[in-house]
Amino acid sequence: MKKYILFLFYIGSTNALMSEEIIVCKTCDIASIKHAVKTAQSGDTITVKEGIYNETEIVIDKPLTVMGQNVIIDAGFNGGIFEIIADSVSISGFTLNNTGMSYTKDIAAVYCYRINNFKFENLIINKSQFAILVHKSKNGIIRKNTIVGNAETEAGGGNGIHLWHSNNIEIADNTITGMRDGIYFEFVDNSVILNNRSAENLRYGLHFMFSNYNTYQNNSFENNGAGVAVMFSKFITMENNLFKHNWGTAAYGLLLKEIYDGEISGNQFIQNTTGINVEGSTRINYHNNTFDNNGWGVKIAGGCYDNNFTLNDFINNSFDVSYYGGMNNNTFYQNYWSEYAGYDLNYDGFGDITYRPVKLFSYVVGKTPEAIILMRSLFVDIINFSEKVTPVFTPDQIQDDTPVIDIINKSELND
Amino acid sequence: MIDIKDLQKRFGKLKALDSINVSIQNDGIFAVLGPNGSGKTTLIKCILGMVIPDAGSIRINDQEILGQWAYREKISYMPQIANFPPNLKVFELIRMIKSFRTGITNVDELIALFQLEASLEKKISHLSGGTKQKVNILLTFMIDAPLIILDEPTTGLDPVALMKLKQLILDEKKRGKIILITSHSMAFVNAISDDIVFLLEGKIYFRGSITELKEKTKQPDLEQAIVKLLTSPHA
Amino acid sequence: MLKILKYSFIDLIRSHWSYVYFLFYLILGFVLLFINNDLSKAIITLMNIIIVLTPLIGTLLGVMYYYHSREFTELLLAQPLKRSTIFFGQYLGLSISLTFSLVVGLGIPFLAYGLIQSTVIFNFISLLLIGSLLSFIFTALALNIAIANDDRIKGFGYSILLWLFMAVIYDGLFLVSLVSFSDYPLEKFALGVTVFNPIDLSRIYIVLKLDIAALLGYTGAVFNSFFGTSYGKILSFLLLVLWVIIPSIRIITSSNKKDF
Repeated sequence: MKKYILFLFYIGSTNALMSEEIIVCKTCDIASIKHAVKTAQSGDTITVKEGIYNETEIVIDKPLTVMGQNVIIDAGFNGGIFEIIADSVSISGFTLNNTGMSYTKDIAAVYCYRINNFKFENLIINKSQFAILVHKSKNGIIRKNTIVGNAETEAGGGNGIHLWHSNNIEIADNTITGMRDGIYFEFVDNSVILNNRSAENLRYGLHFMFSNYNTYQNNSFENNGAGVAVMFSKFITMENNLFKHNWGTAAYGLLLKEIYDGEISGNQFIQNTTGINVEGSTRINYHNNTFDNNGWGVKIAGGCYDNNFTLNDFINNSFDVSYYGGMNNNTFYQNYWSEYAGYDLNYDGFGDITYRPVKLFSYVVGKTPEAIILMRSLFVDIINFSEKVTPVFTPDQIQDDTPVIDIINKSELND
Repeated sequence: MIDIKDLQKRFGKLKALDSINVSIQNDGIFAVLGPNGSGKTTLIKCILGMVIPDAGSIRINDQEILGQWAYREKISYMPQIANFPPNLKVFELIRMIKSFRTGITNVDELIALFQLEASLEKKISHLSGGTKQKVNILLTFMIDAPLIILDEPTTGLDPVALMKLKQLILDEKKRGKIILITSHSMAFVNAISDDIVFLLEGKIYFRGSITELKEKTKQPDLEQAIVKLLTSPHA
Repeated sequence: MLKILKYSFIDLIRSHWSYVYFLFYLILGFVLLFINNDLSKAIITLMNIIIVLTPLIGTLLGVMYYYHSREFTELLLAQPLKRSTIFFGQYLGLSISLTFSLVVGLGIPFLAYGLIQSTVIFNFISLLLIGSLLSFIFTALALNIAIANDDRIKGFGYSILLWLFMAVIYDGLFLVSLVSFSDYPLEKFALGVTVFNPIDLSRIYIVLKLDIAALLGYTGAVFNSFFGTSYGKILSFLLLVLWVIIPSIRIITSSNKKDF
């Protein structure tokens, strides 16, 4: 047994020692990447020299390192570019253009299937239906890529980084614009999404479906149809992200639907139509987030249990909280509310009277959306005030007994 | 000069002017008299264009004035209540009226006459009633217009100022002007006017000189003649 | 007309009312900036105040000035001047003096707090613009009321009622009708109703600045084309201007028919 392992190790190391570099250039013997892949041995490195290469469907069926040096691969709208079906593949330094589009199958600039241990790095992907498509794979890194799409309809466009049935993937430092979803997870577990910028995508900046135990941190989501949608997923950690300017009739900074046991902290929600829209979600902790200048800070619909909001800042939102359904043990505790008009006579930093974040007018607008046109009317102020004094229509249990007097989270993400 | 024909004005049910016909051709001082509500103010305001008559015509120097405004160049009007913009200074008020008109004369003489030099820099709200009335007189007589209309000019004047006012009016008459006066002071009317127009219930009851009035009513003085006229209007 | 404007402006600007009004804005501006130390927050607060206060002051001062200056108006009427000249001059003198108090009263504190270098200068200008337009509109409406009513008590009553109606009651009726007919498509109705109230129009202008994110949450196409583009801003501004023009024309036509 021991010998066998040693033997394997020996084979592996000699392989590494023997690995060759294959050069591809326009005037070389090997003038195409496909040709290079064919001649290469497992573990070889293929270096592609500067130039524009017109190739499609480059199937990588052995462990290889493929590097481009100022290389553009133009698929001329005829199909996908890299298709990886072997473990331990690294692809970096290419500009991948024009994969074309199909309604019947998913075309991608980089596609991998059932592989382990991969790295896609420093790629620039333009006008691709899907940019990076990962199916049933694990232990991968997708880093420092720039993806620019021109998706115009949700049906025709593909996603920037699309993962399906995969796990242990790290997605970091990518920039994704103009796709359908920036990053898409379906049945993906134990993965992390760090420092990405996902902007101006048609649907969501980031989209989770049936994906558990994932973390996303320090990403920014601006001007997407909606910032991030997390649906039917458990144990998602969402930290220090920026959700900005996601405007529109169904636009949210963050949409939560049927999720459990999440952690949402240190995020900034700025100028979204709705900061967070919560439906049917349970045991989520929202803390140290900033909700600044949104239409609605948080919208909570029915079926939500045990959600706790603490130490968040609600600043200049048109409506801080709108709430439908029963109390269900959801709490607001020690948040900062810019509209709070109470006082702090004992100087303990907490307001001495309770704050009720749900306004009557928000309830009215929920029932009659056109009433939004009466926003900031003196009459509306009067009815809001009288409702505040004696709640009749709004759930009077929704209250913060210890509203904080000063802004809690001094913004570090400020841009 | 002034020719009023068939002038009518109603305020609701009240007939303020009921077919007035008056013609004033020569210069002189004319007193428009009548009890309260007789229509004398309405008549004057019609001439000034402040009240718009229902029917009839007013011609000044053979020109129809209804709906016109430029003709007021020929009229200098002294209102009954001297209620000027309280925060303007007297000299600003004078300057303002000047700016509306041509034919401004002897402002300085009038200021001297009524000893208004010290008041020129004062705000109107700081003036006494009598001083305001003097300013009112000043504003009227500084304008050299062929027709002068004075509405209760004697109100609030001390005897000295009253004397001066009389003299001013007589001087203007000498210059060949038509002067219309309404007044409750019979002594003043008696002393100054050449002709009387007596109005009652919107109609002209008498038009003529004071002497004619006394003869007609067989009364020794003007006051009694007026009383007689009022108590037996159909005599 | 310019002469009348000039002298009624001088008269008004020296009045106690002007001083009080000017000082009010001056102090309000300094206090808000002192508390917030943030120009843009102070502007938001001021917008809420101004859309209610300028109409109130405009209406009250409008009727008050008219009744106060009746005799003076008569003196002017006896001058060789057109009636339209007199009333339009007085109207402009009045609304310009109110606007002057507003602009200078708020301008001083904001300039002192570094408005020129800040990015909110455009917001501040639109704040002043709205305040000025509302002063012009409600002064004109007040003069219309005063010209139609020789009885001061009635005039004051109607003008306070006008303000109360426009600032509060109108929106109340509006909201009640929206809620009770919420089964019907109401977008056009809602926009239409807004247009007929200058306070609502100005409010929309402010809401477009502050609450655009919330407005875009509404799904209707009419609202979206109105609020989502500059179309809404331009249209509401033009309508406000129309609200100035129509009552001021009416001042002239009704004063032309009036007996003094």
